[in-house]
Amino acid sequence: MQELTTTRHNPQIDPFTHVWGWEIPVYLFLGGLVAGMMIISGYFLFSKRYKENNCACYTLPIISLILLSLGMFSLFLDLEHKLFVWRLYTTFKIASPMSWGAWILILVYPIIITNLLMGPPAYIVNRFPQLNKITTYINTRPRLIQNIGIGNMLLGGMLGVYTGVLLSTMGSRPLWNTSILWVLFLVSGLSTAAAFVHMIAKNISERELLAKADNGFLIIELFVIVLMLVGLATSSQVQIQAVQLLVGGPYTAPFWVFVVGMGIIIPLIIQLLAVNHKIKHTPIAPIMVIVGGLILRFVIVAAGQFSHYINAHFH
Amino acid sequence: MARYGMVIDTKKCVGCMDCVVACKTENNVPEGHNRDWIVTVVNGKFPSVNLEIQSQRCNHCDNTPCVACCPTGASHIHEVGNVVLVEHNMCIGCKACLAACPYDARFINPEGYADKCTFCIHRVEKGELPACVSVCPTHCMYFGDLDDPNSEVSKLISSRKNHQLIPEAGTSPRIFYLT
Ligand code: SF4
Ligand code: SF4
Repeated sequence: MQELTTTRHNPQIDPFTHVWGWEIPVYLFLGGLVAGMMIISGYFLFSKRYKENNCACYTLPIISLILLSLGMFSLFLDLEHKLFVWRLYTTFKIASPMSWGAWILILVYPIIITNLLMGPPAYIVNRFPQLNKITTYINTRPRLIQNIGIGNMLLGGMLGVYTGVLLSTMGSRPLWNTSILWVLFLVSGLSTAAAFVHMIAKNISERELLAKADNGFLIIELFVIVLMLVGLATSSQVQIQAVQLLVGGPYTAPFWVFVVGMGIIIPLIIQLLAVNHKIKHTPIAPIMVIVGGLILRFVIVAAGQFSHYINAHFH
Repeated sequence: MARYGMVIDTKKCVGCMDCVVACKTENNVPEGHNRDWIVTVVNGKFPSVNLEIQSQRCNHCDNTPCVACCPTGASHIHEVGNVVLVEHNMCIGCKACLAACPYDARFINPEGYADKCTFCIHRVEKGELPACVSVCPTHCMYFGDLDDPNSEVSKLISSRKNHQLIPEAGTSPRIFYLT
């Protein structure tokens, strides 16, 4: 037996690390959601679905901009030295995912805005009538639209991947230190985005398509979760102990009930019935998927901070 | 270029916490926060137990996840002795480095920046020893250049049984505990 006693009791650090509260999970969730929406909207542009005027690719950009800004604000709230936030943009640190993220976010804005300019909402055009020129310019060039679509998919993909990489590069936290985490966060971002678009889409064929896509994403997400757990459970001693946090340990209930059960399996069943026309489409399943995605970020961020080399030695 | 490290003799340490108090005084460490601390490790089962007392702090690792993850460059490796430092007015307080340190050696100073042991670089640059080392009543701590084979620290590491903390985390910590 080994027992450790420490005289240290630093705030946010002892008895176990809790440096990131609600702000980072919300930031990662919104980042993932926006990433998914960019990929979906980009796909609609690329596949020429934009020709139908109630296509979601006209409503998604403005929603993405709002959600992304909320996400960045949430990150800002988490900073302890807020006045120095501009320091993020005086340098680029190649080894730091946080730095990558800061710059990716800056690139994401213009590409969403070009998508937005294809059909800006009336209240914006009324105020800035000059925008009409840009809108006409873009809309008369199908090649350009496809490229905007590709740009959105690409940067959306980078954003989604980054939300996972931010955590998975932390070797100090065994639960996060798995290279599949970015896949999980990307797929979860796609599934929450598909659920969201499914809910707001006006176009019936689009709604059907997204419900089907969402089902696909949810099934992949289940697989990825299983792979992640198996991967951790067959790894080093600290990772085996980390995975126990989700399987038997303190985070088991929220993870299996809210993330897997109510966030994936139940909505998947509802949506499978809906796409097979057994029941009507309702917003219930998409809402469950979105809430599940949010709770996933909360559980992983909290449990990951708890997972630890030293804690592992104490158990 | 020097590569500063520490050797701490757990056979001599009595856990008096003088190093903790010295650090707090020397560096004005805010109340309720610690840059160094004492850990007692009890191994075995009564009656055959073994007690090891460790004075712990930032290990000024060779592979620094805390520096790598820092998005602003606030966390950096100082040119003198490869000591790991934080430039206070570059730090945004994102706490990535706190999460990245397997030893949990960092904390957020109430003023908002990431804070931790500096090996008392301001003293070392003047030719003095870190405050904790200089006050230890049992002289159980040694500070010096690990790259110099003739330094006291290098000799102790090569001649006495020792271990680092959590070497499996892969950070190559530069504090060695003699046992
Ligand atoms: S002990 Fe932690 S804070 Fe210090 S250098 Fe190593 S990883 Fe960085
Ligand atoms: S808290 Fe400060 S020193 Fe630590 S990673 Fe963030 S900016 Fe760098």
